[in-house]
Amino acid sequence: MMYSREFLEQLYSTIYTIRIFETECIKLYRQGLIIGYFHPYLGEEAIATGVCAALRPDDYIVSTHRGHGHCIARGGQLKKMVAEVLGREAGYCRGRGGSMHIADIDTGNIGANGIVGGGIPIGVGAGLGISIRGSEQVVTIFFSDGACNNGVFAESLNLAAIWDLPVIFVLENNQYAVSSPIEEMSRIPDLHKRSEGYGVEASMIDGNDVLAVFEETQKAVRAGCEGKGPVLIEAKTYRHGGHHVNDPGLYMPKDKLEYYKAHDPVTIAREHLISQSDCTEQDIAEIEEKANRMMSEAVDYAKSCPQPSVENFLEEVKHN
Amino acid sequence: MSTDTGTERTERQIMYREALNEALREEMIRDETVFLLGGGIGQRGGSYKVTVDLLNEFGPKRVIDAPISEASFTGAGVGAAITGMRPVVEILFVDFTSLIIDQIVNQAAKYRFMSGGKGRVPMVLRTQGGSGNGLAAQHSQSLEAWYYHVPGLKVVMPSTPYDAKGLLKSAIRDDDPVIFIEHKLLYMQKGFVPETEYTVELGRADIKCPGQDVTVIAWSGMVPKSLAAAEELAADGIDAEVIDLRTLVPLDKDSILESVRKTERCLIVQEAVRRGGVASDIASIIQEEAFDYLDAPIRILAGHNTPIPFNLNLEKGSVPQQNDIVDAVKQLVG
Repeated sequence: MMYSREFLEQLYSTIYTIRIFETECIKLYRQGLIIGYFHPYLGEEAIATGVCAALRPDDYIVSTHRGHGHCIARGGQLKKMVAEVLGREAGYCRGRGGSMHIADIDTGNIGANGIVGGGIPIGVGAGLGISIRGSEQVVTIFFSDGACNNGVFAESLNLAAIWDLPVIFVLENNQYAVSSPIEEMSRIPDLHKRSEGYGVEASMIDGNDVLAVFEETQKAVRAGCEGKGPVLIEAKTYRHGGHHVNDPGLYMPKDKLEYYKAHDPVTIAREHLISQSDCTEQDIAEIEEKANRMMSEAVDYAKSCPQPSVENFLEEVKHN
Repeated sequence: MSTDTGTERTERQIMYREALNEALREEMIRDETVFLLGGGIGQRGGSYKVTVDLLNEFGPKRVIDAPISEASFTGAGVGAAITGMRPVVEILFVDFTSLIIDQIVNQAAKYRFMSGGKGRVPMVLRTQGGSGNGLAAQHSQSLEAWYYHVPGLKVVMPSTPYDAKGLLKSAIRDDDPVIFIEHKLLYMQKGFVPETEYTVELGRADIKCPGQDVTVIAWSGMVPKSLAAAEELAADGIDAEVIDLRTLVPLDKDSILESVRKTERCLIVQEAVRRGGVASDIASIIQEEAFDYLDAPIRILAGHNTPIPFNLNLEKGSVPQQNDIVDAVKQLVG
């Protein structure tokens, strides 16, 4: 398929922005400015970027605890995201949600979720609403290999199938459920194979290749709009580190980690941009510079935002 | 406050389940985003016939039979609600809500809060509980305290056809998740329900029987038992006031306190097991805010701390009965 330079630049800009968001936030975490749990999307950026590039403004996404990439790819605002992970009133959730609970109603991002698998049925419900209204939207549910071993995955796949819902199940198979390797948690690590029993069409792709992700999602969107029901895309990928910032991921075999780090989604997107357009290294440097500047402005902004008022909070919850 | 349930009136009498059916039907006509989702609610019309004929009238897009996948179809209700629909999800027995706790407690209850107030989950979870039919330990529980405990949920437990209809309509129109718990012994009970449109506001208790000597606080299946007890007590010259809470969240604290300050004695009757129950919380509110008015310790009559037994005599013995209420009141005023 032929792509415009503008489109490839947009993909690269998004994928790079997710990378820079995570790396800068990890720095803030190390400085003690971010507390609690923070699950970086490093190494998986191509999935959110490729999927969201294929979606339309009215479509919905359901995110996960590893959700920053989904939010950014869907058009979320860096300033409100950083403000939220810093717990500020100006953040997406007014400092009441944090990293694991960012939702952005304006971009159709129903929200991240602190419960592994918890968002899967919710996405099915968004699909059910679309089906009842008869609108031409689709829902993309991001979830992980870990979530596949929760009962709601099986239930929800079946519900979407029997009701022919316009749902795209995007299985981000990063091969670890927290610290448990998929080979030990499932006899068949290619989890998309489970969908056959539910009558759901499935495919497996290289989740680190943003164009492969984009093309597969485009097909899925078309199927959803044509009333063909749900599809499942298994995007194989690998984290660049442990489960969260404070998990060194010592259980990840070195050779495998090195393989995936060399097969880096950001590098692959960059190669697509260079090889498929007349974009130069200089042009790419400018894209990166712009993303760096926006992230740096977002961090400065968030740091300057006031903490939520405890008095106001207590007043709000008084009559609950 | 005055009684608005028209219990003395003799106009149209219909069953509790018919009143619920009317509420669903009227709200589905009024608002096309309202739809029903649950097991066996379509052609079968629900185990207790609450949804009869609705499939024929509204079609399978709005009366949806779901597989036995409680967690996921409840979660589907949550997702539909977040994205602009008003689902009424039915779980056959409150006992089975153990299967949907994550979607209710971690998802529905917290979504508005976690999204900084921007998100809404206008969903009703209809279910039924209570003992009395010999359905044993997994089909007879009273689990309202689970949901009473979780911030972000409203909890509604009607005892009459009038309240059932008016409260269900309000619950459907509410922008927050509402746990609507019916009682299996009440479905066939008849009561006055007007032909004209009305709603009952959430968070308002109702004095089902005014009195001066003692306040009896009850909800759901314990209301008719308390009213029967009050009648028996009246014959003995004891004037009991029976307050039907109707909604546990929001709790109508003002009505409770006003009554207790008047009668200076209070009995709380709860079908659920005693330990960790709603009655204990109400008692703590009364002692904090009306201690000086009390002439006797607050009395709680509740279910024993046991799973509900199968044998009918044992079952009766495990939860408060009319004579238990009469005895408790007599001790309280004696």
